[in-house]
Amino acid sequence: MTEDEKAPQREPAAQPPQAEKQYLRFSRLNRVLHVVMIVSFMSLALTGMTLKFSYTAWASILSRFLGGYETAGYIHRMAAVLMVTVFILHVNDLARGKRKEYGSWKALLTGPDTMLPTKHDLKDFTGSLKWFLGRGPRPQYGRWTYWEKFDYFAVFWGICVIGSTGLMLWFPEFFTLLLPGWTINVATIIHSDEALLAVGFIFTVHFFNTHLRPEKFPMDIVVFTGRMPVSEFREDKPAEYEALVSAGKLDEHLVDSYPPIVIRTIRAFAWTALGLGFGIVVWIIYAMVFAYR
Amino acid sequence: MACVCLSGLLRGAVAQENPDCLACHGDRSLATKRGGKTVPLFVDEKKFAASIHASLPCVGCHADLQGKELPHGSPLAKVDCGSCHAQQQKEHAESLHGRAIARGDELAPRCPDCHGNHDILAVKNPRSAVAPQRIPWVCGKCHQEGTPVQRQRVIHEDHILTNYSESIHGEALLKKGLTVAATCVSCHTAHTILRHTDPRSSINRKNIAATCTKCHSQIEAVHRKIIRGELWEKEANTLPACVDCHQPHKARRVFYDQGMADADCMKCHGDPGVRASKGGRTLFVNLEELRGSRHLKTACSQCHSEVNASRVRPCETITKKVDCSSCHADVGTLYQKSTHGMLVAKNDPNAPVCNECHGTHGVLGKRDPASATFPTNIPTLCARCHREGKKAAVRYTGTEHDIIERYQESIHGKGLLKSGLTVTATCTDCHTAHSVLPVSSSESSVNPKNVPATCGRCHHGIEEMFNASVHVTQIGKTEKRLPVCNDCHSAHTILRADTEGFKLTIMIQCGKCHEEITKTYFDTYHGKVSQLGYTKTAKCYDCHGAHDIRAIGDPKSHLSRENVVATCQKCHPGATRRFAGYLTHATHHDPQKYPFLFFTFWGMTGLLIGTFVIGGLHTILWLPRAIQMRRKKVTSRPEGDA
Repeated sequence: MTEDEKAPQREPAAQPPQAEKQYLRFSRLNRVLHVVMIVSFMSLALTGMTLKFSYTAWASILSRFLGGYETAGYIHRMAAVLMVTVFILHVNDLARGKRKEYGSWKALLTGPDTMLPTKHDLKDFTGSLKWFLGRGPRPQYGRWTYWEKFDYFAVFWGICVIGSTGLMLWFPEFFTLLLPGWTINVATIIHSDEALLAVGFIFTVHFFNTHLRPEKFPMDIVVFTGRMPVSEFREDKPAEYEALVSAGKLDEHLVDSYPPIVIRTIRAFAWTALGLGFGIVVWIIYAMVFAYR
Repeated sequence: MACVCLSGLLRGAVAQENPDCLACHGDRSLATKRGGKTVPLFVDEKKFAASIHASLPCVGCHADLQGKELPHGSPLAKVDCGSCHAQQQKEHAESLHGRAIARGDELAPRCPDCHGNHDILAVKNPRSAVAPQRIPWVCGKCHQEGTPVQRQRVIHEDHILTNYSESIHGEALLKKGLTVAATCVSCHTAHTILRHTDPRSSINRKNIAATCTKCHSQIEAVHRKIIRGELWEKEANTLPACVDCHQPHKARRVFYDQGMADADCMKCHGDPGVRASKGGRTLFVNLEELRGSRHLKTACSQCHSEVNASRVRPCETITKKVDCSSCHADVGTLYQKSTHGMLVAKNDPNAPVCNECHGTHGVLGKRDPASATFPTNIPTLCARCHREGKKAAVRYTGTEHDIIERYQESIHGKGLLKSGLTVTATCTDCHTAHSVLPVSSSESSVNPKNVPATCGRCHHGIEEMFNASVHVTQIGKTEKRLPVCNDCHSAHTILRADTEGFKLTIMIQCGKCHEEITKTYFDTYHGKVSQLGYTKTAKCYDCHGAHDIRAIGDPKSHLSRENVVATCQKCHPGATRRFAGYLTHATHHDPQKYPFLFFTFWGMTGLLIGTFVIGGLHTILWLPRAIQMRRKKVTSRPEGDA
């Protein structure tokens, strides 16, 4: 492990930074949105879980720490507003991309960089399973792999489901003007279980898939820096790399790497989020397995 | 005179009519000498004719002249009133006066000394010598200062006539002419006059009450606070007799106020060194203490009732301990039925008797802040025995422990001891002062059956609400034991109902019986927030009411169709009927009752499990390849570096 930690420090020392151009994978807006989403998601998870697992002593302590259930409620709602804002900004960004780069929604949604599942994704999925089982080579993944697309739409779906039910719980008096009272109970179950799914999935599968995979261990910070070494890019997304090289457009996507202080700050933030996420996972497992009533 | 005698002789044996007697005795100058004294023999015809005996012949009384020739010789035999008034004569013969006559006491009164002779009038006739208003003078002829009887015979009382005339009886009779006022004979009787030591005497200690109640028939009512009425007949010997307070002949209101005899008691008991011959305990009575006490105006002998004033040491006749119930009869009866009283009856050395709580000579009223029975002092008083480890607490086998400390921390204890609020409930308000009984006794004020009424003595409004709620047997028809006040509020640890601690524990209290419904409550937002330790969201009583919990079907229930929306609106101002359709006790485990919730829950759970299984499997399968890739990268990197 010590060797791993030394590795990223050694690289800039061995070669001058300006010589090491990096591939720019995420735009500035996307990176900022991801950070904001992390803050929002963590806040939502912590405040929401205290209520969901109110029967554990931990919940009680945490609730006091968060300033009481009312303050926790405010935090939860503000974080929800922030999350929805992130969502809107992203959709807005898509619309901007459509206007400037693709011209039409169809071009955006059927282009090579589409987030929608394609036949190629199905091929990659079966190819991956074969690879996992030693029955074939590693598939030539493109810009967005099928599991990344899954994560993306999981969030899309989650925001819609949790957001709408959350709104019902926020304004029950308004919604019961239209809906019967028991729909609030249904909304509670959906909100709570969908949140459990989101939190559980993000803090285990998503963490593993995109940040904690052994080949990237201990952490892939590309989502914060937006940059990845070209060698890693070539290895990770061979199809995209080949496409860029053959089109001669790779240089357009190369940028300078961040200075070490920025990297350290990013790592500190990422480790905090990671630790918090794992803490919540441990707490959920404890609450659901050992303290369930 | 010679003619009279002659005419009498002439008439001979046949002539014995009254006029024949009056032929001689109608002469005012007729007299004879007896023992050197001139005794008139004149009989006033007019007076005789007006007397009650007017219709009788002279020889009816002067029976020894029957059939004798007139004029008769002298002296005549004494008239025997008993030939007609046999009963009275018998009584008189047995009386003090009669026996004196038998002894030959020349001062002893015979019938005529009181009644007169030829001029006897009916008692009811105001001019009779023995009419009520003249009785004091009749008796006073002998029984007043200076008479031979008063000087030469043993008469314990002095100034009898003077005292009587100043007494309430004498004043009424003599000054106000009230002929029903007691005279000498009212108490002493007319003929059966006996010494007070004679058990048959109307003024014997035993009989005094009966004598006085001849007139003062309702006197028990007047003395109820002092003497239990029935005891007058049953146990008169243990009671002070009327005359102990109302001295004979002097009976006046003013005389009995101060307990005149106390000074006599204090002659010995005022000495700090006086000790009992047996055991040597001090018998000193601190007069200062007594002066400040509630019994300031109570004479020593009213409590120490067996004293005998005729002894040199009047108290030597005392055999029993002071019995407070001779005055405090009702309290005494209650006490005897209480646990304390029953233990005393079993001669338990630990059992508290009256003075244990109330003190002895210094007894103070419960309204005196210095009294041990003043509300703020009661917890300390009871704690003497009931504090953990003390003699009553060690015998206790129930579940209530540290009661004194818990009480002090309770709303009642704080109110009483910190705020000094004397109307706050103390030990005796719930347990009563004298009818203290264990919870198990159906008579006990703290028996579950009686608890609502006990609490209701102060919390009346709440008792009324409670008595209309499902928690009383008449309404909540169930075999199970229904809760009373202390099941939710506890017995000694009662907290203010608006404290966080109380609000949070109440859900557990309800949950003791309503187990399932409490569980489902904790599945809702309200329950979850409460579980976190916050009291702002709805708890059981916010919706169901606290004391006025009624069946949902009852129109007066907070949750009836009429009221439920208003109940929700207490917290959710915008609540509507639809809003009230929210399931506050919903569970997703009951497909029959809540199918929507059940299927939603299992749908969501299926989604969760499915996602995690696929995601998890994908990750686990990936892991070996990822590790492989990492190994390759690590081994290739040093080469690249080199």
